[in-house]
Amino acid sequence: MRHTISILVTNEFGVLSRVSGLFSGRGFNIESLCVAETTDPGISCMTIVSIGEERVLEQITKQLHKLVNVIKVHEFTKEERIERELALIKVQVTAENRAELLSVVEIFKAKVVDVSPKSYTIEITGDHDKIMAVLELLRPFGIKELVRTGSVAMARSPKTK
Amino acid sequence: MKKNGADIFVASLLKEKVDTIFGFPGGAVLDIYDSIFECKIKHILVRHEQGAVHMADGYARATGKPGVVLVTSGPGATNAVTGLATAYMDSIPMVCFTGQVPTALIGNDAFQEADIVGITRPCTKHNYLVKDVKDLTKIIKEAFHIATTGRPGPVLIDLPKDILKAETEFIYPDEADISSYQPTYKGHRGQVKKAVDLILSSKKPVVYAGGGVLLSGAATELTKFSRKLGLPTTNTLMGLGGFPGTDPLFLGMLGMHGTYAANMAVTNTDCLIAIGSRFDDRVTGKIDEFAPYAKIIHIDIDPTSISKNVDVDIPIVGDVKHVLKEILAKLPDAKAIKTYKKQTAEWRDTVNEWAEKHKLGYREPKNGMLNPQYVIERLYEHTKGDAIIATEVGQNQMWAAQFFKYAKPRTFLSSGGLGTMGYGLPAAIGAQVAFPNKTVINIAGDGSIQMNIQEMATAVQYGLPVKIAILNNRFLGMVRQWQELFYDKRYSHTCMGAQPDFVKLAEAYGAVGYRAKTKEEVEEVITASLKIKDRPVIMDFTVNPMEGVYPMVPAGQPINKMLLV
Ligand SMILES: Cc1ncc(C[n+]2csc(CCOP(=O)(O)OP(=O)(O)O)c2C)c(N)n1
Repeated sequence: MRHTISILVTNEFGVLSRVSGLFSGRGFNIESLCVAETTDPGISCMTIVSIGEERVLEQITKQLHKLVNVIKVHEFTKEERIERELALIKVQVTAENRAELLSVVEIFKAKVVDVSPKSYTIEITGDHDKIMAVLELLRPFGIKELVRTGSVAMARSPKTK
Repeated sequence: MKKNGADIFVASLLKEKVDTIFGFPGGAVLDIYDSIFECKIKHILVRHEQGAVHMADGYARATGKPGVVLVTSGPGATNAVTGLATAYMDSIPMVCFTGQVPTALIGNDAFQEADIVGITRPCTKHNYLVKDVKDLTKIIKEAFHIATTGRPGPVLIDLPKDILKAETEFIYPDEADISSYQPTYKGHRGQVKKAVDLILSSKKPVVYAGGGVLLSGAATELTKFSRKLGLPTTNTLMGLGGFPGTDPLFLGMLGMHGTYAANMAVTNTDCLIAIGSRFDDRVTGKIDEFAPYAKIIHIDIDPTSISKNVDVDIPIVGDVKHVLKEILAKLPDAKAIKTYKKQTAEWRDTVNEWAEKHKLGYREPKNGMLNPQYVIERLYEHTKGDAIIATEVGQNQMWAAQFFKYAKPRTFLSSGGLGTMGYGLPAAIGAQVAFPNKTVINIAGDGSIQMNIQEMATAVQYGLPVKIAILNNRFLGMVRQWQELFYDKRYSHTCMGAQPDFVKLAEAYGAVGYRAKTKEEVEEVITASLKIKDRPVIMDFTVNPMEGVYPMVPAGQPINKMLLV
């Protein structure tokens, strides 16, 4: 099961390794991790995506709570979160398939951010599934290079008044 | 007035009412050693930094106050790690100060540099690297607060040498203000009510109480609770002393080397009341068959302990003492309690029958040698139980848990979680420093005692009359026992082929040494040892090497499947 956890921490040195240490200490892989300051410069927000058994993850969440530098831990369900990743994808391009490539870019509302005679670099943002879908469609063109950020996530506002 | 970091260190410890530091000097902490040279705080100079940390740990377990350690950078700090891990596993309050190379050299592989903050991150409750002398008082205040509140634990403060020389105004904060650290003390009212209802509806209740009872100072409340409702009560290794070992409701320890009665009671109970205990694998045995018929109530200050290994019906997060008081306040009137006791009378009879059927015991060996258990029984009789017992790890530890009765809290000091051989002697010294007039006995194995034997010199230097009872079986006995039972008696590397003459060794240290091989000698040696008040004494008991610890639940088996004597 894929879990997206959002953690508010005090913005100090060493906090990142305390948090990541809880995962590595239990043999858990962190699939992705993003950290940046919040509106309060004394506080950072981390978004961690990890895959693992429910029970172990619950234990990690509780352990995270216990860290002295952790202010808040929240695990999002799929329904309640808005989640975004960004990917830069360098794709081979030829005169023959250029049009086809550009149509994929358009369908996914991606952007071409760098162009050379033999390759296009495409920027795309979206949730995990969308990024995976784009990669799937671009693979036949020949992906030369790929970099991705981890997910950042935020809770949706309640829909009722 | 401005002070330098080293003087601020001393002034801060005085504010925290620290009376004793266990330490060992070196280059990085010379400034502190200069500051403490003429101050009110007693400093105990150890012989190895591991010893310092175990002493602070023993001091903390015996007194309830945080232990304080001071060591130098690099090897001084890394030598302290086993002690910190030991304290961390058993939730012992402690603050450990390590020297560090000057800030400008950190990360340069400077002489005697070790990233001790990195190394100890997983074995401290929290740790700090001080980067500005202005933060020093705030950090020390926080460290003592974190070490002693919530689920206690060791906290480490790494002090770069330039910080100790830098000056600033000394202002000590009144309170630690850490918004991200707010332990829960009071139990949830609804949960407490539910727990009381569940207990009152049970017919076969058992209390399973652990180290949390001692850490929260709740022995009185626990005793009141169990007695008032007539609840058979078992302790974990860490919990011994939290409920009087002399009480008729006491079942003895449970788990791998638990009593028949305790393990049977837990297996058959319909209401398991877990208090300050954490369902460790040495307690539960095969987890799916642990307390299979029970509804479980679990009181613990640490939410991560709850539903970690077993599913709990009524979790109560809170301080054991607070919650037990809340429960006691919610108990019904005398009449209802009387009815409840009637409803559970049959169960108490059953439990008593189990206790009668298989008492703790041992067989006298045919070779006429001493039984190690007998030695412990005699220590109990001679001291009338009025002693602080520290143990090493192995058979000696289990026999000390089984055959000595702990009537009062904070009288049994043992490395339960980490199982650190070499813990007992320094822990006993730490306790003796705190209580110079009490009888403190280290029940030891001949293997473990050699892991921190150098601390004999510390005990001699400070005239500490620690008694060391070596149950000398010439084996790494507990490992030998596993080889006997589960590895076809292939005693691979567990026989201590060479051994010092412990009597002469004691004398070489300036202590007293005695040896006993017969029951008569046991009487003489214990009587003589208990009279010594000014120096440590080693009692070397030559015991039957083939003796085993029983009952024993083989690893991975349910706890009612015991190998008995
Ligand atoms: C530092 C350390 N190393 C190894 C062990 C594994 N171990 C557990 S019990 C034991 C044997 C202890 O022998 P001894 O101190 O002679 O005690 P006995 O069991 O004979 O009473 C060993 C080696 C340990 N617990 N701690």
